[in-house]
Amino acid sequence: MVELTEVTKYYGPKRALGPVSCEIVRGDTVGFLGLNGVGKTTLLRILACGLRPSSGRVEIDGFDVLRSPHEVRKRVGYLPETPPVYRDMTVRDYLAFSGRIKGMTAEAIARRVPEVEERTRISEVSDVPTGHLSEGFRQRVGVAQAIVHEPELLILDEPTHDLDPVQIMEMRRMIRSLKDSHTILISSHILPEISQTCDRLLILDDGEIVATGTEEELSGTLARTRRMTITIRLGGSDGTDRTSAGAEAAIRGVTGVTRTEVTDGGGDRAVTFEVESEEDLRSAVCRALVEGGHEVIALARSEHGLERVFVDLVGGERS
Amino acid sequence: MGATGIIFRREIGAYLRSPMGYIVAVVVLLLDGVLFYAVALGPNAGQLLSGEALKGFFYNASGMTAVAAVALSIRLIAEDRQTGTLLLLETSPVKDWEIVLGKFLSALAFLWGITLATAYVPLLLLVNGKIALGHILVGYLGMLFLGAAVLSIGLFATALTRHQLVAAAVASVITGSMFLFSTLARVVGAPLSFVLDALTLHDHRWTGFGSGVLNLSDAFYYAAVAYFFLYAATRVMELKRWE
Repeated sequence: MVELTEVTKYYGPKRALGPVSCEIVRGDTVGFLGLNGVGKTTLLRILACGLRPSSGRVEIDGFDVLRSPHEVRKRVGYLPETPPVYRDMTVRDYLAFSGRIKGMTAEAIARRVPEVEERTRISEVSDVPTGHLSEGFRQRVGVAQAIVHEPELLILDEPTHDLDPVQIMEMRRMIRSLKDSHTILISSHILPEISQTCDRLLILDDGEIVATGTEEELSGTLARTRRMTITIRLGGSDGTDRTSAGAEAAIRGVTGVTRTEVTDGGGDRAVTFEVESEEDLRSAVCRALVEGGHEVIALARSEHGLERVFVDLVGGERS
Repeated sequence: MGATGIIFRREIGAYLRSPMGYIVAVVVLLLDGVLFYAVALGPNAGQLLSGEALKGFFYNASGMTAVAAVALSIRLIAEDRQTGTLLLLETSPVKDWEIVLGKFLSALAFLWGITLATAYVPLLLLVNGKIALGHILVGYLGMLFLGAAVLSIGLFATALTRHQLVAAAVASVITGSMFLFSTLARVVGAPLSFVLDALTLHDHRWTGFGSGVLNLSDAFYYAAVAYFFLYAATRVMELKRWE
């Protein structure tokens, strides 16, 4: 559905994007995740044919964005970060205008506008000027204009931007409801946004894709470090050093351990450590603790959440 | 209906829904009336020939038309760029020239509507004096041409920036300079004086229209200016996608 080959975008001498290469198949819901200013919006605007790449090749449904921009635009629905609504027009008139400008016939508009109003739950404000709407409604009107012409590819740039928590939940629900009829690309710097709505993730940093895969794939294979949590019981009267400091020293003594941190101070006479290593050292750490006289009551491999992967990939070098 | 027509309809609606259009119309009509009474008729109203009064009216009205054209044009693309609605157009199957032409024609139609509303002045002269209908028609045709030329300058300025005040300043400087070219031509030597004189937007370019004489070269000049700046506006929009 979408194919990018060595795509770059420069603003003057400054590289904003690329080189970026990736492929997105029909029916996928893909999230572009990255900090602010890493090139997400630039990439999405190139895909929406609102901006020309400086170099490289972009094909959507077999059509090149430079050679056949109109064919691409007919197949793409785009919601920018700020919904492109004319504030002097009513919702119905605006959606009809959006349909007309995207090449729909009068009959198709008459059929489709009530449909998208229903689907995006804006029927009740159909006769209200968009300038009088709340941010949440305006964002939904933005989604409605993006799908009014039934595009195969739907591009949503920060769709929950400026929404309150209730509106964010409604927007997520709406996006999930659109997954069966569109290939969807979503950009966000908010992790839950992406993880809760997308099948696949592309993580961008400094204009380049630094990782791609499902959340599980990224968590399982891309994390640079192995983490475990281990809980030991404190105290005792057998003469061994069953203190937090003693346990920490025993863990640090294991070759390959790179970091040890107390995550739970042990209110009920137990202490929990998070231990990082470059390989799986669960058995070695456990053995060292037992040999030191400590009583291990829990040991688990930490799941690398998306947040940790994201920080590792794009945040670690900056912190 | 093509994209140009769709954009034309949307922009005409925007003029009619916003206070800006009405403010421009009221100010132009008021000042045209005041200028006609105070300047064109002046203290010698009783001795003035009707044709002379009409010529004076068209001279003042042409200046007001130019001011109104700048005021109406500066929002056309800058506002869309500022509010983000230009993205809707740029990501739709619409060519840049269709956007420019649709917006230009809508502003021209609105300007023409305001200008025609001043027709009560020449009609008063027609009823109470002795003037040729052709003089009135040629005068209004001249305002249509001049308005089109200045609107295209404004459209070019508004394509350059997202700030309407900056667009207004750019459009005013270009239009004002071109109005003054004939004055400048008198103080500089040849061949620059010939160039400036040929490019002037008013003065001798307007004299024929104001007097009821249709010179095709003047009409062609205004049309060429309009074409040049509309083409430039389209190119600016294309180039901004490469920025």
